[in-house]
Amino acid sequence: MRSNRSFFAPGRSVLRSLPFVSRGLFVLFFFLLAYGAIAVAEVKPAPRPLVVGSKNFTEGVVLGELVRALASTAGPADHRQALGGTRLVFNALASGEIDVYAEYTGTLTHEILAKQKPGSLEEIRAILDKSGLLTSESLGFKDNFALGMRRDLAERLNIRRISDLRAHPELVFRFGTEFMERGDGWPGLREHYGLPQEDVLGIEHDLAYRGLAAGEVELTDLYTTDAEIAYYDLLTLEDDLNYFPPYEALLLYRAELAETHPAALEAMLRLQGEISEAEMVSMNARVKLGRVQENVVAADFLRESLGVEIHARETRRVDRFFRYTGQHLALVASSLSFAILIAVPLGVAAARRPRLAQVILGVVGVAQTIPALALLVFMIPLFGIGAGPAVVALFLYSLLPIVRNTHTGLMGIPLPLRESAEALGLPSGARLRLIEGPLAAPSILAGIKTAAVINVGAATLGALVGAGGYGQPILTGIRLDDMGLILEGAVPAALLALCVQWLFEWAERAVIPAGLRTRSRV
Amino acid sequence: MIELSHVTKRYVESTALDDCDLVIAPGETTVLIGPSGCGKSTILRLMIGLQLPDEGLIRFSGQPLELSALPALRQRMGYVLQDGGLFPHLSARDNVTLMARYVGWDAQNVSRRVEELAELTHFPIDGLDRFPLELSGGQQQRVSLMRALMLDPEVLLLDEPLGALDPMIRFELQNDLREIFSRLSKTVVMVTHDLGEAAFFGDTIVLLRGGKIVQRGTLQQMLNSPADEFVARFIQAQRAPFEAMERRP
Repeated sequence: MRSNRSFFAPGRSVLRSLPFVSRGLFVLFFFLLAYGAIAVAEVKPAPRPLVVGSKNFTEGVVLGELVRALASTAGPADHRQALGGTRLVFNALASGEIDVYAEYTGTLTHEILAKQKPGSLEEIRAILDKSGLLTSESLGFKDNFALGMRRDLAERLNIRRISDLRAHPELVFRFGTEFMERGDGWPGLREHYGLPQEDVLGIEHDLAYRGLAAGEVELTDLYTTDAEIAYYDLLTLEDDLNYFPPYEALLLYRAELAETHPAALEAMLRLQGEISEAEMVSMNARVKLGRVQENVVAADFLRESLGVEIHARETRRVDRFFRYTGQHLALVASSLSFAILIAVPLGVAAARRPRLAQVILGVVGVAQTIPALALLVFMIPLFGIGAGPAVVALFLYSLLPIVRNTHTGLMGIPLPLRESAEALGLPSGARLRLIEGPLAAPSILAGIKTAAVINVGAATLGALVGAGGYGQPILTGIRLDDMGLILEGAVPAALLALCVQWLFEWAERAVIPAGLRTRSRV
Repeated sequence: MIELSHVTKRYVESTALDDCDLVIAPGETTVLIGPSGCGKSTILRLMIGLQLPDEGLIRFSGQPLELSALPALRQRMGYVLQDGGLFPHLSARDNVTLMARYVGWDAQNVSRRVEELAELTHFPIDGLDRFPLELSGGQQQRVSLMRALMLDPEVLLLDEPLGALDPMIRFELQNDLREIFSRLSKTVVMVTHDLGEAAFFGDTIVLLRGGKIVQRGTLQQMLNSPADEFVARFIQAQRAPFEAMERRP
């Protein structure tokens, strides 16, 4: 085996002037950076279409598709599906990242505007007007909160009204995560009715239905337009002490749409008063039980009820796969490139200055301990929704392994070698480039590999903030109880992690100096 | 050539060098010897600037050894460590030529110089493209010596260069080293703990103890008129190998 014998005298090109190891890393890094930049650019197109948002439950997504379909008759319109809970989507609207989404009056009075306590729709409008937001008229149906349990169980325990629950403190309650926290959810309900149950936990709303069916959950919160009520034969308990407010569905949109997208606004407002409760239940049922995609359900409704012809077709699995793969790779490549760009110099600085090392390793260590979900949510006010917060969060997670391995790699170089380089008369920068960098390369590369593999897994959470990627089919699959969809995200994510692992093992062979791989022959 | 005046170097626990004055004459081989911890390696490390003195001044060709001047001055010195200190990721050739290429020598000069040095140090040409881990200990020290000599430095500093070698190889390399020194007539400062080796190489022997120079001169002078009881005992203790060395033709 021969080592590379590139010359690094001044005057040669930058790339040629680097020793073999650095050059390998350099190429790998720029490949990542370029891919990340191209892919992120694709995720965020430059022209400004109307942006529809939706909360992460089926009805919200169906309503979002209806609005998008109508708006698209007047111009380009995007739908950022299932962005998250009420707070997140409302904040996205307030900050102008989305232009419109479907909301409910009860949620406005009891959750979003709970501090102002508006008593009527007029008061709601007056408050929202100050933030530059408008509401449509009712879309024609209510989707109230209710409590529900299996009919057979309710009959056996003789429960018909919510106040009957007081006599059964042993019941297992599982509520949607949002209902657990909201002002108009469980805390207020328990107080209002004086409910004694102790075994109460939050769970993903759609999983609660499966728990009910399996008998593991005895009571959950329902939306009255949920298709599962009929499907699982659930009994909706009577709200005999009038706790739940009415939840009239309407569109919440930004006031400037009247100027920026007047035709689209007019088109989407055609939904006012057009959807009956039965129609909404039936649309929910087609999506959740019939496995029809939301855009198709929305198009059918618009054709039958409003006479609007919309071209909708089911997306093909292979198209989805390529879209998710592109998004996922963009998240991983861009966050990892930035992390390499920042973390390697940080690791070098830490190795050069022991006092600085404590600070640097401490700070990146703390970043690592923030739960992924919380970190994503922290990033939203700073970077909006979509790829931005996800890339930043993944970047922060990638720092620690790279910084730590760079630091360890450099500190692990035997003292005689470091002193030999110094005694030769090489200045500090040249020692780093020619001697210490290549010697620490195996450790640095191992750190980057760890970061990349973690990154591929963590990037699935990006779908929670609208960044897409393999997390998207997983989330949709959970929402629709569709194992096929879940696997559509989970399998490629696992395979990608393996590929990354393999790619780095190949890179190790190419990048790690031959002399460090050679066993002594003597 | 190199001049230490009133140099003191302290470590946390002990004083390595205590108010030491030493002048290294040009063109001669000076051997620093003494028991472990006497300060002999510290002197060498101070000369190449791996450590800075707490007090006193070190001059190289009259120029004070300061932090800013170090990289340039180090190119005028060659330094060889006990275990070679070769960079494992570079081949023998790349180890030897690293500095020459860094300061911008052209390829022709570099390869001519390498051939010269390989011949001088009796290093096989086909070994040049091997990595240090593929070389024996003696070969590694020859490469290390080539690396130190590459830029044709004025001074060669050797810190127990033969200390890690087994006796046969050591014997062979000792002879080669002495021949090289006499051919090059460079200023050489060598550290050893072996009196026989000191006598074999040294024009001048400097005996240290506890951070102070106890006696300076030829071995004959130390033998005939030891400066104190310690010098007499130190020489007595190492007498046997020394005599063995004397008997060799």
